[in-house]
Amino acid sequence: MLSITNLHASINGTQILNGVNLTVKSGEIHAIMGPNGSGKSTLSHVLMGHPLYSVSDGSIMLDGEEIIGLKADKRAQRGLFLAFQYPKEIPGVSVSSFLKTAVASVRKARGFGELNPIEFRKKLREKLAEFGLKAEFMNRSINDGFSGGEKKKVEILQMALLEPKVAILDETDSGLDVDALRVVSEGINECATAERSFILITHYQRILHYVKPHVVHIMIGGKIVMTGGRELSEKIEKEGYDWLKDKNQQHTV
Amino acid sequence: MTVTLDYIKNLNRTTLDDANSSEYVNHAKKGLSREVIVAISKDKNEPEWMLEHRLNSYDVFMSKAMPNWGPDLSLLDLENIIYYARPGEVVSSTKWEDVPAEIKNTFERLGIPEAERKYLAGAGAQYESQNVYHRLKEEYGKMGVIFEDMDAALQKYPDLVKQYFMKCVTMHDHKFAALHGAVWSGGTFIFIPEGVNVDKPLQAYFRMNAASMGQFEHTLIIIEKGGQGSYIEGCSAPKYENPSIHAGLVEVFVKDGARFRYSSVENWSRNTYNLNTKRAIVEKDGTIEWIGGNLGSGCTMLYPCSILKGDGARAEHLGIAFANKDQIQDTGAKVIHVGARTTSTVVMKSISKAGGVSVYRGLLKILKGAKGAKAQVKCDALLLDDISVSDTIPDMQIAENDVSIGHEAKVGRISEEQLFYLMSRGITEDEAMAMIVNGFIEPIVKAMPLEYAVEMNRLIEMEMESLGAVG
Repeated sequence: MLSITNLHASINGTQILNGVNLTVKSGEIHAIMGPNGSGKSTLSHVLMGHPLYSVSDGSIMLDGEEIIGLKADKRAQRGLFLAFQYPKEIPGVSVSSFLKTAVASVRKARGFGELNPIEFRKKLREKLAEFGLKAEFMNRSINDGFSGGEKKKVEILQMALLEPKVAILDETDSGLDVDALRVVSEGINECATAERSFILITHYQRILHYVKPHVVHIMIGGKIVMTGGRELSEKIEKEGYDWLKDKNQQHTV
Repeated sequence: MTVTLDYIKNLNRTTLDDANSSEYVNHAKKGLSREVIVAISKDKNEPEWMLEHRLNSYDVFMSKAMPNWGPDLSLLDLENIIYYARPGEVVSSTKWEDVPAEIKNTFERLGIPEAERKYLAGAGAQYESQNVYHRLKEEYGKMGVIFEDMDAALQKYPDLVKQYFMKCVTMHDHKFAALHGAVWSGGTFIFIPEGVNVDKPLQAYFRMNAASMGQFEHTLIIIEKGGQGSYIEGCSAPKYENPSIHAGLVEVFVKDGARFRYSSVENWSRNTYNLNTKRAIVEKDGTIEWIGGNLGSGCTMLYPCSILKGDGARAEHLGIAFANKDQIQDTGAKVIHVGARTTSTVVMKSISKAGGVSVYRGLLKILKGAKGAKAQVKCDALLLDDISVSDTIPDMQIAENDVSIGHEAKVGRISEEQLFYLMSRGITEDEAMAMIVNGFIEPIVKAMPLEYAVEMNRLIEMEMESLGAVG
């Protein structure tokens, strides 16, 4: 489904990713954990095609096709999704018109029929209710004045509507209280079909109590330094990342 | 609603820039002289005082210098302009069926009949210098509301017109006001009697349709005590080789406790100099609201003005300007606080693209004695690339101490992070850009009536699409 090979990337001349290798198969949930500054968020931005990052080497194959060189909109249309750690505010653009445009673009690119605006509104209203958000929410400017929890809920709601093949969730659990974390996690689990793959990027193992990963990776210094099962995230929860730092030095020296 | 949306969907720059063939223009003369003015007045069978006013205005026009501030007008060749023409033998008509086919076609492309049927109380549309289509719903006629084309109003209500005509903006105001006084033709006359509330907006659609032809329509609006109403005007002009001029004049008299909203979307063709003057005098506790969108023309100079004469008078100015390639949008607002406790709010948003220049030029004047006056000015500029320009030139003259004033100006560039966010949802770069821009102007667009809001968004999208992608 998604295959990342030897990915090197930099921003403003600073090298951040130093050869990331990762393969995510259909229906798999992968967690990428790591200390601050390890390059986790950079990886998510590079995967989605942020224009400020430049890729100097490596490849990103989605469904067997190279996507480096494609702009973010094309990547999204092909089935990639990124839930942002810090979703952007767009004043004056309502949640409903934003999502309607997004879903219509994606549907068109994927060869589905035109969006029925009435059905879409109905679906949007249902989704808002599932996340405990009022219907009036759709008339608010996207992310403008939203609480941290509301922003994250709307990110996952967007994922549900856009039906990606691979979803990257960047620190989705950060800044959430327990109740919001539960709602957001339920939203994620509901989207976890047999075909859909996930990359959960997280500093803490908190969200992994709710969303169970099949594979856990540790990223340090712009590389994946260790891969294991769920026991790896439990070890991180108990012992932190310090015991891994030496390991990273061995690799990078 | 479907009908309205369809006509807007079919609107595009080509429709607006594509001129109908007009044979009769060949007879019209270029340039201005006393003879031309006498001929205009005679042709319209005007009263003697109007001819005198025209000739006096002509003298003032000749004696006044071109403005020595603001955009460069040196390429405007005033000798090479047709100041008056009329299409065939068309006369004012209230029945759509009576409108000649060619003219009907123009209006149909602009969607007038649908718009009229759907939302509007009455519509006057100006085709060159004559009105061809005019109508007012019967209910308002019975209430004493007058919605006429200006030439007809002069014939039917000469005393009323004489009492107000160019008393708000006089011929001495500036060179183009004088020019207007000399050659004005057509336009709209609205009179709302005391205490009458006209709840649906009145509309006129202006369109220039002849090469080098000036458009000098006069709009005179009188709202008696406690009256309420609103007027919407949309302008588009076809594209021609020679630069043309638009020097319209709008005068609004808002009496005690009255309220009026004036909305306009101006989308003149790129070779038009839009030198328009709009002003309101607001009496005690009256309210004027100006809502304007300027997209077209090569050069616009337009600063709607509110004179808050009576105590407690209020003004609200909301404006959008879009300066695309080779365009200068020099727009703003002027507010003069005379009465005590007068309040004004100015919110202007400008967008510059592909080297376009947008300037906010504002005047806030508070006279001695305007105690307790409150004024807020807020201008936001959005630059879509590195080569476009935005400037703010506010002028504040405050002669009273007991006042509260706020001024805020912001210039921003379109944010890469916002674009990335939208694009990561499958939205194309152009669409994402248009979305951010539409969001930026949303606070103003939402104050417009629905069909105009939709048209405004559509026009903005057209501007975003034109001339290729943004660098």
